[in-house]
Amino acid sequence: MKKSHIFLIAIIAVAIGVIMSTAGDASTYVSFQEATELASSGRNAKVHVVGTLKKDPSGKIVGMQYQPQIDPNYFSFVLIDQNNEERTVVYSSPKPQDFESSEQIVVIGSMAQEGFVADKILMKCPSKYQENEIKVSEKQQQAKI
Amino acid sequence: MIHTFVGNLGHAFIIVSFVAALVATYAYFQVSRASGLEEASWRKFARGAFLVHGFSVLGIIASLFWIIYNHYFEYHYAWSHSSRSLPAYYMISCFWEGQEGSFLLWIFWHVVLGVFLMRSGKTWEAPVMTVFALVQAFLASMIMGVVIPGLDFKIGSSPFILLRDALPQTPIFATNPNFVPEDGNGLNPLLQNYWMVIHPPTLFLGFAAMLIPFAFCIAGLWKRDFSGWIRPALPWSLFGVLVLGAGIMMGAVWAYETLNFGGYWNWDPVENAVYVPWLVLVGAIHTMVAHKKNGTAIKPAIILTITSFLLILYATFLTRSGILGNASVHSFTDLGLSGQLLVYLLAFLAISVAFIAANWKRIPSTEKEVSTYSREFWIFTGATVICLSAFQVLYTTSIPVYNKIVELFGFVSNIAPPADQIGHYTKIQLWFGIGIVVATVMGQYFWWKKPQNFKVLLNELTGPLLATLLISAAAIAVTRIDNLIYIVLLTASVFAIAANGKIWWSVIRNNYRLSGGALAHMGVALMLLGILYSAGYSKVVSLNNSGLLLSKDEFFTRNNDKENKENTLLWLNEPTRMDEYYVTYRGKRIEARGVPGYIRSGLLQATQLPYRAVAREDIVQDGKAYARKGDTLDISAENTYYEVEYRDPEGRKFTLFPRAQVNEAMGGLLASPDIRHSPGRDLYVHVSSTPDPRAEPTWSKTEEQMAQIGDTLFLNDYVAILDNVSRVSQVPDIELSESDAAVKASIRILGKDREYVANPVFLIKDRMVGRVPETVEDLGLKITFMNVDPQQGTFTFGVNTTQKDYVIIKALEKPLINLLWLGTLVVLAGVGLAMVRRYQDSAKMREKEPEQVTAAA
Repeated sequence: MKKSHIFLIAIIAVAIGVIMSTAGDASTYVSFQEATELASSGRNAKVHVVGTLKKDPSGKIVGMQYQPQIDPNYFSFVLIDQNNEERTVVYSSPKPQDFESSEQIVVIGSMAQEGFVADKILMKCPSKYQENEIKVSEKQQQAKI
Repeated sequence: MIHTFVGNLGHAFIIVSFVAALVATYAYFQVSRASGLEEASWRKFARGAFLVHGFSVLGIIASLFWIIYNHYFEYHYAWSHSSRSLPAYYMISCFWEGQEGSFLLWIFWHVVLGVFLMRSGKTWEAPVMTVFALVQAFLASMIMGVVIPGLDFKIGSSPFILLRDALPQTPIFATNPNFVPEDGNGLNPLLQNYWMVIHPPTLFLGFAAMLIPFAFCIAGLWKRDFSGWIRPALPWSLFGVLVLGAGIMMGAVWAYETLNFGGYWNWDPVENAVYVPWLVLVGAIHTMVAHKKNGTAIKPAIILTITSFLLILYATFLTRSGILGNASVHSFTDLGLSGQLLVYLLAFLAISVAFIAANWKRIPSTEKEVSTYSREFWIFTGATVICLSAFQVLYTTSIPVYNKIVELFGFVSNIAPPADQIGHYTKIQLWFGIGIVVATVMGQYFWWKKPQNFKVLLNELTGPLLATLLISAAAIAVTRIDNLIYIVLLTASVFAIAANGKIWWSVIRNNYRLSGGALAHMGVALMLLGILYSAGYSKVVSLNNSGLLLSKDEFFTRNNDKENKENTLLWLNEPTRMDEYYVTYRGKRIEARGVPGYIRSGLLQATQLPYRAVAREDIVQDGKAYARKGDTLDISAENTYYEVEYRDPEGRKFTLFPRAQVNEAMGGLLASPDIRHSPGRDLYVHVSSTPDPRAEPTWSKTEEQMAQIGDTLFLNDYVAILDNVSRVSQVPDIELSESDAAVKASIRILGKDREYVANPVFLIKDRMVGRVPETVEDLGLKITFMNVDPQQGTFTFGVNTTQKDYVIIKALEKPLINLLWLGTLVVLAGVGLAMVRRYQDSAKMREKEPEQVTAAA
């Protein structure tokens, strides 16, 4: 066997190792239902859950709790996943700024006794790079009339 | 009025530049096939076409700049990326905020480099410029904005589109098609930063430079000069690595200073997308260098050079097609270009594969076994480790793409990127880092010393090995490194510095111009050391020791409470213990143009215009008065700074000003850190949460208190003294006539650190009672002068309280981060030296070239 063949085999082995380790670390997008099943089966893999905030008919957010004076590192809220199932999400960091205005929320973490424990929160804000509302000043509107 | 002319002119320039690029492609193609007189005339024509293309590109840029500079907000680009209050020096940044403008920047650099190659290309000019012009045609098509009639298919997205055409659904255009907004949306304040003026042009120059080695390589395959292309391509490849590397690191510095994820590299898909082609080009350079000494490495050099350029196209596709979704801070929204970008990528993939396949059998390669004791073997090993490392980053970054591909075939895929991205990349890349630094030593020793057996090699390395043992043992003991992988990485990096240092020293004594390689390799090892310490041993300083927990659940107590304690709440003016420091939040600060430093927000009174404020008192900084009471100042309204004062155990004080920025484009409020740099470590602090600076405070119910002059009042737990009540003839913003009367109370409030004086006013104007309350922001107090009882000599005050101001911060210590920046500079210097050397090398050859051609003819 030639040295270049050994070299090639080593490269392939490392590449396979890379792919395997990535497959092992890759997370999944799941619903709360699936996240609960995963957690109860004893696998504590971190998952992504996509959802929206729970709001009452007037558009007010329901079930959000953040009292920085008592504990700045405890934030919890209620998230409704894409199957319309709602769960409490606990995040042990300060409430992200402008959390309330986000359209869609992705939580990354795992299900536990007290609810979904998020390590990371990604927010999709309606305004991100989408400035499609034109501000018309009063003066201009009057001029138009 | 709508200025349609400049837009039409710009659009015409785009179309001309596109057509001229196509013509230049064809003409240069003909040059490379023709000969003699015919060749000369084609060449003249081709050069002309490329110059027409170049001038049109300048025309596009001038037109767009004219639109932005003159605030023609009837154009979508000006409206969405600039505003009237934007300082002129940031207007240039408006260019690359939008996707079309950044394409334009890229095209511009290609023109500059293309003209350079046209002049110096000699025999390579025709085939290289064919590739260049073809790439330019593809790029120009991205900003064309032309709808193909009948097919309803739009090619490209033009920066010259009018607002009414961009947003036809907006109701105002139905009633008034000539409507022009008064102001634009402005430049994202995040980009109003000096790094953002230089980072994008540098990065795109790097992008543009990546085309040159590719173009030479394709030219080589085309002309069947399989190794001749390497000599002229090598200095350009080094140029690309230098500029793109500098651009990437500028982005890292910017992220460290501006974003709040607590570091300089986030393994964000967009960062990775640029890093991977850079790494592959580094690998390609090594194979090119190996080839120049020995013909074995041609095939790898060709494949890696082509791959690096295709990866640039892949990066463009990833970041601009919207496929990454909201996972990244940088990615652009989908402009409907994803199909076109995919065509661009696949077209060049097909061209490359076709050229390689057609020539594969002809490309020379030696069947002779490579010896383990040869420089080629070790350089090739190093390049392989680099490429495997790039492969790992690419493989994970592409996860969103796999989902899309699976969906194309009608299945559902729910793979997500790793939950802990940084952890995922770090744990694998650490090993590649170790492999790379070890390979640098082997490569350099075999390059310069040519050891024939193990004994000679060991002999050469004895000194560096001993130094490594001593230094790393000391470093491990002093900095208490207890993680085995970190120990290995540290030792390997120290070894690489010592061994490459020895080589560098022996080379530099002979000819400093040849020392670039050793220098760059030392820099890489320094960078790794800096990363190891600053990231691996980053320490949270702001651990919350207040002991107040909302709940005693298992959730809070596991992990030794570590997880939920990384942020600390600081009440205004109340010192809080944080690690070895006493930290005090001193209040909100504002920046004003023309005034150095930061101004207490209480000193400024807001006006109708958000970026103007009036001084409530004289503004004095460092003993010099910059504004008088009542002066109007230009302020940067979107930025609020939070003064945080530190006192270290020796009693020394220093102050940091982390920032919160109102930034609608990035989703509202954005926190930026402030960093205290010192040689050994950086102290990094950012605001995690604050009461919203835009929100009005909510006041408690009014509580009335009566007092006579000299009496003590208790205002929200503070002791206050009513010193005086006096008649005043002037009240700001209110006109008083002869028959009106006003009195001003002077209340001295004893705060914790200083006294405050509040002057609420009670007045009678036109027989009506008026009250001008005074707010003491620092204490969360509002005092209203309610009433005067002249008979008793008593005065009534209304007191409202609001929650005291607070700020929640996270503070980190980054040890030895300066090694990373130092290493970066060393790498850039080394690559620069190598580039100059290889350029001179190639220029010397070029001088000889015409003779060779005549000889052959």
